[in-house]
Amino acid sequence: MSEPHDPEDYRGYRDPAKATLIKHKIRVWSDVKMDTADGVFEGLILPRAETENPFHIVLKLRNGYNVGVHVDRIHTVTELGYKKAHYKIPEKAFPYDPVKPNVTLLGTGGTIASRLDYRTGAVIPAFSPGELYGAVPELADIANLTTKKIYAVFSENMTPETWIGTAKAIDEEIRAGADGIVIGHGTDTMHYTSAALTFMVQDPPVPIIMVGSQRSSDRPSSDAALNLIDATYAAAYGDIAEVLVCMFGPTSDQYDLLHRGTRVRKMHSSYRSTFRTISDTPVATVRKGEIRTIKTDYRRRDKNRELKLDAVFDDRVTILYYYPNMKPDLIDALVANGYKGIVIAGTGLGHFNKPLYPAIKRAIAAGVHIYMTVETLWGYVQMYVYDTGRDIMDLGVVPAGNMIPETAYVKLGWALGHTHDREEVKKLMLTPICGELTEREPIDGYLIMQGGLPEIEQFLLKHRR
Amino acid sequence: MTPDDPANNPYRILDLDYQALGFRCGLEVHHQILTERKLFCHCPAGLYSTKVDAEVMRHMRPTLSELGEYDPCALMEFKTKKEIVYLLNKESVCTYEMDDTPPFPIDQKAVDIALEIAMLFGCQIVGEAHIARKQYLDGSIPTGFQRTTLVGVSGSIPFTSHFPPASGGTKGGSTTAPERQIGIIQLGLEEDACREVSDMRHEVQFRTDRLGMPLIEVVTESVLHHPYEVAEAGKLISQILRSTGKVRRGIGSVRQDVNVSVTGGTRVEIKGVPRIPLFPRLVSIEAYRQKRLLDLRDELKRRGITETSLEFSIHEMPAERIHFRTPKLASALERGMRIAAVRIPGIQGLLHWEVQPGRTFAHEIAGRVRVIACLDEMPNLFHTDTDGEFSLFPEEQTAVRVMTGAKNGDVVIILWGPDEDVTTGINEVLARIREATQGVPSETRQARKGGWTDFERLLPGPNRMYPDTDTPPTIVTPERVKRIRDSLPEPPWSRRERLRGTGLSDALADQMLLSPFFDLFWNIRNETKLSANRIARVLIQDIRAARRHGGHPDRITDDAWRKLFAHLQCGELNWEAVPQLVRIRSRRSGADWMSIATKQQMLPLAENDWQPIVDSALNLQTRTKFKESRIRWLMGQLQRPPGRIPAQRVAELLAQKVRDNHV
Repeated sequence: MSEPHDPEDYRGYRDPAKATLIKHKIRVWSDVKMDTADGVFEGLILPRAETENPFHIVLKLRNGYNVGVHVDRIHTVTELGYKKAHYKIPEKAFPYDPVKPNVTLLGTGGTIASRLDYRTGAVIPAFSPGELYGAVPELADIANLTTKKIYAVFSENMTPETWIGTAKAIDEEIRAGADGIVIGHGTDTMHYTSAALTFMVQDPPVPIIMVGSQRSSDRPSSDAALNLIDATYAAAYGDIAEVLVCMFGPTSDQYDLLHRGTRVRKMHSSYRSTFRTISDTPVATVRKGEIRTIKTDYRRRDKNRELKLDAVFDDRVTILYYYPNMKPDLIDALVANGYKGIVIAGTGLGHFNKPLYPAIKRAIAAGVHIYMTVETLWGYVQMYVYDTGRDIMDLGVVPAGNMIPETAYVKLGWALGHTHDREEVKKLMLTPICGELTEREPIDGYLIMQGGLPEIEQFLLKHRR
Repeated sequence: MTPDDPANNPYRILDLDYQALGFRCGLEVHHQILTERKLFCHCPAGLYSTKVDAEVMRHMRPTLSELGEYDPCALMEFKTKKEIVYLLNKESVCTYEMDDTPPFPIDQKAVDIALEIAMLFGCQIVGEAHIARKQYLDGSIPTGFQRTTLVGVSGSIPFTSHFPPASGGTKGGSTTAPERQIGIIQLGLEEDACREVSDMRHEVQFRTDRLGMPLIEVVTESVLHHPYEVAEAGKLISQILRSTGKVRRGIGSVRQDVNVSVTGGTRVEIKGVPRIPLFPRLVSIEAYRQKRLLDLRDELKRRGITETSLEFSIHEMPAERIHFRTPKLASALERGMRIAAVRIPGIQGLLHWEVQPGRTFAHEIAGRVRVIACLDEMPNLFHTDTDGEFSLFPEEQTAVRVMTGAKNGDVVIILWGPDEDVTTGINEVLARIREATQGVPSETRQARKGGWTDFERLLPGPNRMYPDTDTPPTIVTPERVKRIRDSLPEPPWSRRERLRGTGLSDALADQMLLSPFFDLFWNIRNETKLSANRIARVLIQDIRAARRHGGHPDRITDDAWRKLFAHLQCGELNWEAVPQLVRIRSRRSGADWMSIATKQQMLPLAENDWQPIVDSALNLQTRTKFKESRIRWLMGQLQRPPGRIPAQRVAELLAQKVRDNHV
């Protein structure tokens, strides 16, 4: 008969490694001396990462390194002690200053600050004000901080429910008197959430700043602290009362950019400078307590303005990035599966091939709302230029100006959350709320420099990126 | 008084009783291995260049530990608030080095080499190599940590020292010292860091070409008992690594650090030692420094000064109070900098307490101030306890004492610079004096020319490592281990053992150990019974000379060498002809030895044929009147071309002529 085992004693281990631990009467956090075919290893047994193979046991040796020992090569094991890990972080009170503004940090996921348990190597998120104060003490010089964890998800797992929940939480905090809101969020879908919040939390009286980090916050080189400091400053003292994304400008530690939430997009899988404003310039730069505005047309902070919470969403919407030879059955399948909104990222000025026309016509007749954006991300849809474009419009596809496909997707879902009346939806879609559609593209809204050209190499040498 | 040789010879150690001191030393050797690519990305390894295509600027922040504390080393780096600039070259770095792309899978060829070296060092091989992050906040690595992994632990190598523990002291030991084992704590594989270009005030610049290259790290136990042993052990480790033929050669490919402690002292790490022969003096001075700091601790204790009881007062010295004319302070006033003085009672005489030959405790403090407060224009402080490099003009010294209310026994230390830096500096002055009451602080020190050391940074705790979750562990299968073990090269000590019986000189043995011609040498020695030293000289020195003259001696086949030694064995050729033969053959493939010798008139002559040559040479005129020179000149003449007459016989003949007064 086997004794009941606390599953935590074998965290991450599967058979045969788990059976080996049980056989030798040792468990995770046991301090052991292991006699193996390759010699003697002494150290602390650590939990196993679940994605790793089940044939090795991980030991943290006295010199701090972790090694894996194959179970088949273990002869005997002696337990020298047992030191269970307690990840309790000592609390330090975040200083309160009645003169300073009150900022609320809402956490939705991603680790904006963390601590290291060097003994085991674990990275522990730091989120409460006291923990944040320990990790980023500079925050106390800026504002009084309240923190609320509303979700803890990887950002690819965000859903309209989480957008709506976040919008409601923002509303609550602003009514409670926050002078600014900071939202910690994973970077991968930050631009979707920033667009959603722009539509769901309209006319905010105070800044709502989204922030994340490209390099995890346990690293000395992380951008987390700088982003957080600049975001908190923008929330506390900034005059721009909009939903903005605050992330690194260049990849050097020089300044953060404040991007309008409806025009920002993540453009590189890993660079710190991944977020860029598309077809426009960022709203401002922020660094070390200084905000320099670049645009002048933004909603200014106004405590007396009443925010309008409009948090609805119909998630039967999709984006279709058109590719040559896309087949009509795709459109039919979407309709058959109940989709009510399709954002097409069309090629060039907003096109797709002729074979799709009948399917599109059928879809619109069935009540589906179809909007055209550009797959090139930058630039306007302009469907009068070619007669194919005019034909597509005749089918009932609505051109969506220079809305980025991702933003158009969010807006269409939001619009359909109100009504399915074709004209009403069109009115909602084409009336800009905050920059998702602009009337003019500035001459410096599209600046993608190619490497290797002499003038660019000169430029790089002169400036620290 | 310093037990030092006044000549300040960089290779000579201090005259101390190392055994009584409890001297212990360990080595940490980092050696680049020969791979095509870097360790965690696909950039080419070994491309060094000073060309700069772009720059990136970053800062480093320390991460709190679970205890709510910062690792002291990390905190120190953060206090300095440096701007770190990385110089990038397109050919040698990619976005991984910039810390803008996650790591690629570890280079498996590098892992193979690491495993081979671990086995040569007798290490136990791990089943799974987990990659860890070792944090460094000095900016030398853009991510703020080095990716490092352990492949072997608990190894050992046989070590024969000429200064074994039993004999101790500075006396040389016997040459037939007993062999002992040096423990190897670990054998690691890690990525190399950037090269520092400049470090001034609050900006440090690094070059990134070397970043990411694979390095082997060999760490010995601290069991070396004598400074000269340290050089011997370093040499042995180098030989083992080079015997694989898979380590990089050239400047910057090896870095050696040592750790030193004495009884009652602390393990101090010394980095940046350029060459092995400089180790002994360096570690002997460090042993001396630790002893002197322990004496200082005792003196502080005797005077009743403790960590908590240290008194002090801080006084601002603006231009209105005193218009300094001491040059550095005068210029500080001109630049509008802050000047502040800290008065500390009871420590008279302790600031010029010698801790290294020609260096005092004041230098220890100045080192801290330089690194942590970034006041790096030396000297960066003045004090009233000396008349050396740290002194003010006498009348200003007096004035300062008066203004700070200094009494007998008090010392006043003056710092200058930007406001915040001066505050940091004062804190470091007090911190260092407090540490002195405890003994020897745990530090990493930088080696300097002359053998003394300077503060570099606080020694990081052993626990500043945590797993790298960006990379999966590497499984080391028994098959892989067997494959590598089966093709291990012969270790140097085994070769040395074999060479012992051959009569080869130590100098030639050292070179033959690592020579690719070892096997050839061995076979020829056994087959022909020719003199080992002569064979070795040909295979080492004559080949090297031929290469220097633009030839390609590698083209000479083993078979050809065999033939050469066969000719020598049966007298068809004389040894004297060999260097030139090798040089000619190395430039001309195909020709055989005898035909070259014939053409060049280097064939041996019968004894009857020597006489006329010698006689005609004696009749030659020379300018010199001195007999010695004339004899040497004659010897030279008779060796042109070489190989006709054995040199020894020529010498005998000439000696005879001298006696007969024909010269």
